[in-house]
Amino acid sequence: MTTFPERLKALHDRTPDRIALTLQFSNADDLPITMDGLMRSSAVYARAISAAGIMPGEVVILIIQHGAELAYAFWGAILHGAIPSIMPFLTEKLSPERYRADLATLISITQPAAILTYAEFEDEVRSALKEGDSVRAVIVAEQVDGKSELDFGALSGFQRQPDDIVLLQHSSGTTGLQKGVALSHQAVFNQLDAYGKVLALNDDDVIVSWLPLYHDMGLIAGFIMPILSGVHLVLQSPFDWVRAPYKLMQAVTKYHATLTWLPNFAYNFCAQKIRDRHLEGVDLSSLRAVINCSEPVRWESHQAFFEKFKGYGLKYKALQTSYAMAENVFSVTQSQLGGEPAVLEIDREAFMSERVAKSPMEGRPSMMMMSSGRPLENVKIKLLDENRNEAAERVIGEIALQSDCMLTGYYHRDDATQQAFADGWYLTGDYGFILDEEVFVSGRKKDMIIVGGKNVYPQDLESLTYEVPGVHAGRSVAFGMFNEEQGTEDVVIIAEVDSDDAAEQQLVADAIRAHVTKNSAITLRHVKVVDSKWIEKTSSGKTARSANKEKFLQELDVQGN
Amino acid sequence: MTETLTSSLATFIAEKILKQPNRAIGADESLVSSGLIDSFSLMDLALFVEDTFGVRIEDTELNAGTFDTLHQLAALIESRKK
Repeated sequence: MTTFPERLKALHDRTPDRIALTLQFSNADDLPITMDGLMRSSAVYARAISAAGIMPGEVVILIIQHGAELAYAFWGAILHGAIPSIMPFLTEKLSPERYRADLATLISITQPAAILTYAEFEDEVRSALKEGDSVRAVIVAEQVDGKSELDFGALSGFQRQPDDIVLLQHSSGTTGLQKGVALSHQAVFNQLDAYGKVLALNDDDVIVSWLPLYHDMGLIAGFIMPILSGVHLVLQSPFDWVRAPYKLMQAVTKYHATLTWLPNFAYNFCAQKIRDRHLEGVDLSSLRAVINCSEPVRWESHQAFFEKFKGYGLKYKALQTSYAMAENVFSVTQSQLGGEPAVLEIDREAFMSERVAKSPMEGRPSMMMMSSGRPLENVKIKLLDENRNEAAERVIGEIALQSDCMLTGYYHRDDATQQAFADGWYLTGDYGFILDEEVFVSGRKKDMIIVGGKNVYPQDLESLTYEVPGVHAGRSVAFGMFNEEQGTEDVVIIAEVDSDDAAEQQLVADAIRAHVTKNSAITLRHVKVVDSKWIEKTSSGKTARSANKEKFLQELDVQGN
Repeated sequence: MTETLTSSLATFIAEKILKQPNRAIGADESLVSSGLIDSFSLMDLALFVEDTFGVRIEDTELNAGTFDTLHQLAALIESRKK
């Protein structure tokens, strides 16, 4: 039994001068930070948080971009015993009003005691605050300074207990911000122990990541795990990576990186968009594993990625898969490193209509399913049918799990926590099947859309659509549609208007695009404005997303798209 | 010349990025800062420009500060063509 501060101190005592973290930037040299440097600067933040009157056990929201300050602020909060939660920064795409509203939502439920951000963002944060809310301090990163002395004994984080909550993790959007996943020190360590074992994580490993730290994959695999395991982490900004994905390959080459995690779309993105001129001198032979996680994993995406990079030393066996979720800290299953993820060819029609993964039949269309691996040793999985009975092998059911690394609860949301469990099993809302202990994840029961590894709630997008003049409440539907080429989902919005004039419908479609994007930072691929009565409703008057999706897909087929 | 350039860019954006072939793109319509074109599609646009016009747009330039409208993109391409 241990805590984050105790582990940090032990790592520091062992090798203070080891490089713990190297930060990369688009316009500056790499910045290596030793464990001693990381602890000293984090302690400065711990004292600043303490001086602001924040008590151990209180929540501190961090709104800081990629850079050293984010690392110092996060570990500083930990050393003080406060509970950090990282929130995305405002981007030029998102409207400041919506960002403020989201922040206000977060504040009203999570009840943070402080928000830590930059000077330029201070006014934005303050404008989201209300008289009498929980926020007692806005701490400005530029004003945090002091002697970089390190006296672990004086830091109150060392009073924390293993079962105390250590951090909160939110997914994005109005709905996501209302459910902060609260994790304990012990749960995180139980995950790191089990996950580290299946990865055979060791001192010689180097992890490179560009993933944002406000998502579980980036926060755990690409930040907390390497730091708390004493493994060198090379961290890039997600904003730089999306413009220059080849920099991931160059970082692997430069630092002989052994492990990296990518959402499925990134395999397609890297395979399609990286120019050969950017790969001169690239050597990917050091990679033990490139782990596909956080979106449904696609065999086709692995093939495309391998074809592109096999000439640069990439080993086919490095391509691995995992199934993960914040509620289990991170990984639930992992394919066996050194082998290849199991691939199963199944009958397409039986899969779609009978919901069974049958062997392919002569002359009938088939599809390839790739396994996400086997459960970690501390995780138990079962598949539930519609009556919550255990489903047989190959039969698609809802994935339920038990482990010793589950969330403590959704923070301040006992109602949501209770709903998430049945008979002691956490109901994931994901569908899949099991064969020979391998877990194949096939889709989601919830209507959640996953775009580029990011969870998007359709109800959030529909609410925004209703705000567009000409669209009436209850007459819009949002859903995801898999894009084969990009390896991820496209977002589709259909909205009914009274007018059947094509030009007018086009104007409304443009307005929906602009408004939804400004208020969700989600780019829409298809916006279809239709005459009234197009959208199908359930008997209770709710929009039936799957029925409308079927209808939309059929129309696309007819048009020959 | 600029006109064909603009119209070929507009066609690419409407067909390949927005998936609305009939969508007219105004020469001064904001494309990047409005979120009409996201980061991923911006990369597609840069690759299209390079393949079609032989003009490179560097990754550090893929933002609304470099170009936000068709008009600005066309001007950028013209200025870099030899």
